[in-house]
Amino acid sequence: MDMENQTRVLELAEKYGKDNVVVILGGAEAEASGLAAETVTTGDPTFAGPLTGVQLELPVYHIFELKDIIPEDVWDEQISMMEMVLDVDAIVKEVATYRERIGG
Amino acid sequence: MVNLEGKYVAIIGDRDGIPGPAIEECLKHTGAIIGFSTTECFV
Repeated sequence: MDMENQTRVLELAEKYGKDNVVVILGGAEAEASGLAAETVTTGDPTFAGPLTGVQLELPVYHIFELKDIIPEDVWDEQISMMEMVLDVDAIVKEVATYRERIGG
Repeated sequence: MVNLEGKYVAIIGDRDGIPGPAIEECLKHTGAIIGFSTTECFV
């Protein structure tokens, strides 16, 4: 996750409280999505950004995990094309791994 | 089922995956409050 976005996540968590913030990812592949999930839960694994050593432990989901709560017509219009070409299972599994580490 | 009602969401989209605006559109009916929305580019 780039430096600017780490800062924005941190500011959001500080402003509204960790319990009121949820991170939603749209990553194209499992590894990058996992890195982003790790960054907002246990801290920046690359030790480069403002979330280094900061355990925000925010709930984090990939948009693919939220299909149940999104109207079908909106899903079809916005997501279904990429759902067909990306490795949904691998992405979801990777993001869930980090969420489960913080008990989510 | 995930409940986003009243939650501030940080949207980290991906240009090669699902971009931020598409995720925003999806969340409109969930009661989530958009904290910020962005689209990263890994290229």
